[in-house]
Order: sequence, then C-alpha cells, then structure tokens
Amino acid sequence: MALKDITLGQYFPGNTILHRLDPRAKILLVVFYIVALFLAKNAFGYLLLAAFLTAAVLISKVGFKAVIRGMRPIVFIVIFTGVLNLLYTTGAGEPLVSIGFVRIYREGIRTAIFMVLRIMLLISCTFMLTYTTSPIRLTDGLESLLGPLKKLHVPIHELAMMMSIALRFIPTLIEETDKIMSAQRARGADFDSGGLIDRAKALIPLLVPLFISAFRRADELAVAMECRCYHGGEGRTKLMQLKYALPDYGAIVLGAGLCAAVLLLNRFGTL
Amino acid sequence: MSDPIIKTEDLHFSYPAEDKPKVVLDGVDLSIEAGSFVAILGHNGSGKSTLAKHMNAILLPSGGKMYVSGMDTANEANLLNIRRTVGMVFQNPDNQIVANVVEEDCAFGPENLGVPPDEIRRRVDQALKSVGMYEYREHAPHLLSGGQKQRIAIAGVLAMRPRCVVLDEPTAMLDPIGRKEVMETIQKLNAENGVTVILITHHMDEAAQAGRLVVMSKGTIIADGPPREVFQHVEELRAVGLTVPETVSLLWELRQEGLDVPLDALSDEECTQVLFHLLKAGTPAV
Repeated sequence: MALKDITLGQYFPGNTILHRLDPRAKILLVVFYIVALFLAKNAFGYLLLAAFLTAAVLISKVGFKAVIRGMRPIVFIVIFTGVLNLLYTTGAGEPLVSIGFVRIYREGIRTAIFMVLRIMLLISCTFMLTYTTSPIRLTDGLESLLGPLKKLHVPIHELAMMMSIALRFIPTLIEETDKIMSAQRARGADFDSGGLIDRAKALIPLLVPLFISAFRRADELAVAMECRCYHGGEGRTKLMQLKYALPDYGAIVLGAGLCAAVLLLNRFGTL
Repeated sequence: MSDPIIKTEDLHFSYPAEDKPKVVLDGVDLSIEAGSFVAILGHNGSGKSTLAKHMNAILLPSGGKMYVSGMDTANEANLLNIRRTVGMVFQNPDNQIVANVVEEDCAFGPENLGVPPDEIRRRVDQALKSVGMYEYREHAPHLLSGGQKQRIAIAGVLAMRPRCVVLDEPTAMLDPIGRKEVMETIQKLNAENGVTVILITHHMDEAAQAGRLVVMSKGTIIADGPPREVFQHVEELRAVGLTVPETVSLLWELRQEGLDVPLDALSDEECTQVLFHLLKAGTPAV
C-alpha cells in the first residue's frame, strides 16, 4: 500500500495565472464547471469540457501525472459506475450484445462512457482547485463566499479553520501512518494478505496508535494556537487579502460562458 | 535594570487528583530581567515545563502570583496582552504549525491580533529573515527538516513581536544539525533583537550558553546564577539526577585527585587551556 500516493488536498506551489486567481473566483469557476458537466448531454459538450480542463492543467504546470495520480483512489468507483450503466441502461433498439442475461444496448455504451467521463472530469477539476490553491486561501475563499451565512449563526469561521487544519495535518498523519505500519510490520503484523475481515482486523493495531497520537497532536496544537493569541474569528485580519482583479472577473465570466456553451452544444444532437 | 519581565511570588501549582493533588510547583520565586537569556534546567518532572506554561497563562497558579511585565496572569482581562508579550515555542514543531505554507503560518499570530495586512507582511518577512528562513517562505512546512520547522515556529512567534520568548525544550526532537541551527537562532535573537529568552532544557551544553542558569528539582529552584557558578556544584547537581558538562566533569575528577584546577571551564577551548597550564607547570603525574 503506497500511502504517499494519496494526494488529496495537496497544494503544488507555483506562480501561474491559475495559482494567482482569487480563490473565490476559482471556486465559482469550479462550481460553474460542475454545473456544465451535469448539463452536458452530448459528445461536443464533453469534448469542450475535457479540452477546457486539459488547458487548465497545461497552464497550471501541475502536470497530468499528478492529476492521474489523484484519480487512483476512485478507479474502483469509476469502473463500478461504468459497468452498472453499461448493463442496466436499456435502449429502444435491439441490444448490441446479448449473452445470457447480459444485454448491452447502444444507449448503455453511451451512458457508461458519459458517466465515466463525468466522474473523471468532476474529480480532476476539483483536484485542479486544490492543486493550485493553498488550503488556507481555499478556506479563506470559502469563508468569504459563505460569509452571508454567518448572519444565520452558522459558524463559518470555525468550519473554515477546522477544514484548513485538517488539510494541514493530512500529510503529517499519512507520514505517521507509514511509520506505525513499518513499526507494526517489524513486529510481524501483516497488512497485505488474508480476507477482508483479516485485513480489517490487522488495521486495529494501526488505528489505535494513530488515533491516540492524533488526539495528542490536537491537544498540543490547541495550546500552541492559544499561545499565538487565537481567539476565534472576531477581530482577525488576514495576510492575504482577497481582492477581485480583472482576471478573476474573467474566470467567473468564463465559467458562466462554459455553461452557456454546453447548453448551446446540447442542441447539436444527442451523441 | 528595568522592571522584571517575568516575576513569580511563591508560585504553587498542583494537578487535581482523586486522592491527593499532585504537586508540581512548590513555591517558586523567580524574577527575570528584560533582555536576559535564562536557561531553566531540570530533570523530567522537575516542574520546568509547568513553570513555562505559567509564563503565558496557559496554566494559572493554584497558589501565589505570576506577573508578566507587571500583569497578573490570573486576571483574564490581561490574557491577550500577556500572550502578546510572551511568545511560546514547544517541543514538537509539527504540532505548532497551523498553515500549509511557511509565510501563512508565520502570519497566524499577527492575524489573530488584528494587525493590518501590510504590517503583517512586513513582520512576517522580518521574522523569517531573522531566523534565516526567508527563502523558504513559499514552501510547505511538512517538506522541511526538523530544525527548519522549529525555526519557522520561532518565526511565527517573533511575528507577534513579543518582548520575551519561552522555548520549551525546542531541540528535544531534533538531530544535532537541527539543534545547532535552533541554538544559533536563539542566541541571535537575544543578542541582536534584544528579546528576552527563556530556554527550558535538559541539555547541559545548551544551558551553558545562557547568561543565567536556574536549576529546578521537585517543583522548587535549587540553584540560580551564571552557568559557571552553578556548574561548580557538581555533587548537588548529580544528587538531583543532572549531569554537568563534560569539561566540568573532567576537571572535577582531576580535583578529586587533589589537583588544583578551576571548575568553571565550560567550553572545550577553556578546558584545553586549563589542562595546558597544568601540564606546563609540571605537576607530578597523577
């Protein structure tokens, strides 16, 4: 098991236009992109969205490797969805393949391909957001976008803080998990063989120390934060001020344009 | 000299327990001048970390008083001012870094204080420069070495512009290179920035670098003075489970053999000098 390969929520520092965009603009762009993904009904729409994402990956210099690596944990879900859609979509015409109870229709293939594409694009576009935005900027952006909810007594600042700390500790905890695994392996623990139940049982000696250490870390971090005068969101300022600039408006307009373009492309047939 | 920045009066602290409370601090009277470099030395469980945690009101005294720059830590209205005056650096750098980017972590303190953004920027740059981590300001902390992470933790505290920094065993989890980096940073902080430094440690060689050494055992102060003087009490220190620097230890052994040598050679060079003079004087072979 290669824990280091999990890249969820990891930031690739850089100085491209995608990195510099205001996080709020980027979040809105991603939201528009996701809406567009669900609006797309034919190959043209998907082609446009795939091309858009490809361009984003190229501009950001993050590299396709990182995007593909991020996809690894969801391979199973993607295949599962693809197969289910392939088998359970019924179409109007004759089935293309009919072996026993397996009937594959033309529509099935189409839906399966679109669903797989949709999930992959969905995951990659959110990954692009976290790859190009530092978690703190990301949470700043969310905090600012969700700001109006504070009036309804939703603890937005606290949620944003929790999220950014969770993101901050992911690599630390992964490193620790690796260490504990090695330590338990050295004492003869076996994580890689046996059935599902055996494997789940093998995880107990891993999870117990991990949890204990996570609680200890949380305690120490809380003290350290208090020492640095943390006292909630009230009266807090920010090093990174969020300011919309021209490219940010551009990104939002682009996002809206993407949705419009997909709607337009939907008119050109259903393939 | 000016008013003491840290002053305790008969400080007591005990953790509540079911049968009888566990006494950790048992009457500590300590006064630390602004601008000094004080090391607090003690064995595990001597109460040195507990004392440190009183210095910025993480813990409050069960008895006696603790004043930071004249402010009583027991008064909650002083809390932010106390924490702004006394910054705290802990043992494990991983557990005190809040952000995913070095400069954003460094900005956390001033952000909490409500400092205007351009002023935060200035403070962050200055703090990172003074610990020699400015080039790393856009790095992710988890990719740095232990010594570098600890220097970032120090910069994070410095950005709040404290008058005093308390470091609770900052080198305990570091390798020798990291320890050296951190100790150099601490010395520079005190000498160049004039920040009062209180270093909690159980390393003799680190304690020897301070201007004043306070030795704690079982919740009380058992020795207080310049390191040269304190380390002369070899037997008392050993009695409470502490060792002395190796140079002092060597000279002490020689003295036990009846040689007339001073005990206050803390560095290797000083010790060499003493031995050189001893041999030159032609003392009979031991």
